[in-house]
Amino acid sequence: MSHLFSHYNYWIVIVLMMTGFYTVISRGNMVKKLIGLNIFQTSVFLLFITMGKIKGGTAPIVMAGKEDVVYSNPIPHVLILTAIVVGVSTTALGLALVVRIKEAYGTVEEDEVQAEDIRR
Amino acid sequence: MREHSIVRVVSKILLPYILLFALYVQLHGDYGPGGGFQAGVIFGAGCILYALVFGVNKARRVAPSSVVSSIMAIGLMLYAGVGVVCLFKGGNFLDYNVLRHDPHHAQELGVALIELGVGMTVAAVMFTIFMTYAERAKK
Amino acid sequence: MNYPDTALVADTQLPALQVVIPLLSAPLCALARNRRAAYAITLLASWSALVIAVLLLLRVHAHGTISYALGGWAPPWGIEYRIDYLNAFVLVLLSSIGAIVAAYAPASVDSEIPRDRQPLFYCAYMLCLTGVLGIAATGDAFNVFVFLEVAALSSYILISLGKSRKALNAAYQYLVMGTIGSTFILIGIGFLYMMTGTLNMVDLAERLAPVRTTRPVLTAFAFFTVGVSIKMALFPLHLWLPNAYTRAPSVVTAFIASTGTKVAVYIMIRFIFTVYGVQFAFASTPVAAALISLSLLGIFFASTAAIFQRNVKRMLAYSSIAQIGYMVLGISFVSVNGLTGGIVHLFNHALMKGALFLAVGCVMLRMKRTKLEEFRGLGYRMPVTMFAFTIAGLSMIGVPMTVGFVSKWYLILAALEKGWWPVAALILLSSLLAVVYIWRVIEVAYFQKPPEDAPPVTEAPLSMLIPLCVLTAATIYFGIFTGATAGIAHRAAEMLMAGGVH
Repeated sequence: MSHLFSHYNYWIVIVLMMTGFYTVISRGNMVKKLIGLNIFQTSVFLLFITMGKIKGGTAPIVMAGKEDVVYSNPIPHVLILTAIVVGVSTTALGLALVVRIKEAYGTVEEDEVQAEDIRR
Repeated sequence: MREHSIVRVVSKILLPYILLFALYVQLHGDYGPGGGFQAGVIFGAGCILYALVFGVNKARRVAPSSVVSSIMAIGLMLYAGVGVVCLFKGGNFLDYNVLRHDPHHAQELGVALIELGVGMTVAAVMFTIFMTYAERAKK
Repeated sequence: MNYPDTALVADTQLPALQVVIPLLSAPLCALARNRRAAYAITLLASWSALVIAVLLLLRVHAHGTISYALGGWAPPWGIEYRIDYLNAFVLVLLSSIGAIVAAYAPASVDSEIPRDRQPLFYCAYMLCLTGVLGIAATGDAFNVFVFLEVAALSSYILISLGKSRKALNAAYQYLVMGTIGSTFILIGIGFLYMMTGTLNMVDLAERLAPVRTTRPVLTAFAFFTVGVSIKMALFPLHLWLPNAYTRAPSVVTAFIASTGTKVAVYIMIRFIFTVYGVQFAFASTPVAAALISLSLLGIFFASTAAIFQRNVKRMLAYSSIAQIGYMVLGISFVSVNGLTGGIVHLFNHALMKGALFLAVGCVMLRMKRTKLEEFRGLGYRMPVTMFAFTIAGLSMIGVPMTVGFVSKWYLILAALEKGWWPVAALILLSSLLAVVYIWRVIEVAYFQKPPEDAPPVTEAPLSMLIPLCVLTAATIYFGIFTGATAGIAHRAAEMLMAGGVH
């Protein structure tokens, strides 16, 4: 049992990842798809961030005069800061496209948009 | 929002502190947690709060779209510009050590300038994203 | 403060300048607010990028691999830009397409994109160029992801600028698929970092050696391969591509078709050969078998689909999917000749598909549509455009004296080397499919009369014809004088097969 749960962060990541991915695949509503995409991306952010945790590690700010301090690894956090920016941009761009699609087609349901595309 | 006086008064009191806190996060980033990205988000959030409470039109009067988009571009150019200055002073791209004689001060100056660029761009982008949707909805 | 010699700065800083110049020009375009000023900036920046790329290639040729430490932080701690034969070659390709398409752009952009949006169009164009150049220049795995997203986000914007509302849906579908692809790549990079603690590609290659067969590394490889396959539109993950290419403005289609998927192929080569190593990737995983069968299936499926398209742009889009199959096929032969074929086809296909899409852009400018009916009699009404289309089309088929022949020659050579007769036969057979779909356009253009009520059509303006002719001439030139392209590709292939690091 302890073996299963000692790395519980992976379980959280897997559940979130599958939730997000399933939402992207199964939903026809474009906004919901984007939400799913966001959850999917967030799960990867969590994967990176929890990777940087070191047992007993503290925030990686160098403390003067202390030698034997264990610091957490800050690199994954920095990487994910970049990835979050990318995620925000993707979401903003995706929503902007959805707004335009709603204005042009009058719907945000994928199958209805596709039906319109084929009709004309 | 005219009738929600509590929201208006509270946000009017809070706004200066939010913006001030953003500046604190920006400038304190050299020594502790913080930096341009976080500060930019907080600053942008402050501006968005203003737009939410006092209306999109009023916010646009404070920050016209041409100004905001210029800040966006100038922030990015400040970042890349510092890199190019390093280049012309004989270092590699973004190698701050050559900015001043003392590498310690040079790193501090380089990081501060770059974070300022990041902060400007992030704040402007956040505000622009919000305003784009808000103004579109009004039409 | 004494300043170092400018020439020296330029010489040692080329790898950074390659990416920084297009990057800096993007906000300048946005600030310009004037389409002519933005265009001037775009033209200047893209041509300087081309000059830098050529200088880099010459430097690599003379002095070997260039390593550039961004910010002065020595690799593997800092971000390293590492230019060897392969990147230098890809950089020249990407920047020359960027420069030629930029030269071609203004007339076509004027007719397809509203004036007030044009500065932002050029801004997105330069960001897209920055992204693809960055991917090719960097030697850092995470940096690849960042530039991949820069290129991807700007290409979603560029595609959504298409005239019809269908462009919006195409861009949205591409955004969803593209984001899934790049997130898969990110997961792969995450697992690699978890196992090695490094992001530098060369360092990764060294540190992966002892843990190569562990499960996280295998998982990373799986995620990575699928992610990149989505990005390069490998069959059956190509669904985003036909609509995106068809609905985008002509200039954008020409640019993205010759850079976007090519750069994904480059990433695949780089990771399989440099980071993972040939031994691991092909000996201990069944990836070669999977890639060979998928690419052959893709070639036949997409070529057949191309035959039945009524929109020429969409036909060329399906043809692009088929051509991706040839590149991946070349990679998965795991031999010097196969890899040479893959790399050289990456270059050659960009030239010929670029020329074809530029020709279609000229037709779009005059006819406003690109349906097959519109091409009736165009061979006599737009002679230069259709002549260029024919030459590039012949190259697509693989006629001798064109670049298409060179790549197919190497691929068939590699297949025969392995004794895989059926694969060689299939490559030849697939060329026949290309004959069919290219011939349909040529037949309509040269042997059918234009409709009676057709409005008079003039040839496209010179500003568009010259870049088109340059690209078309290049498909002939590099088909006859193969020393530059196939020679460099061969050296890159030898380097990659030898472990990819030196």
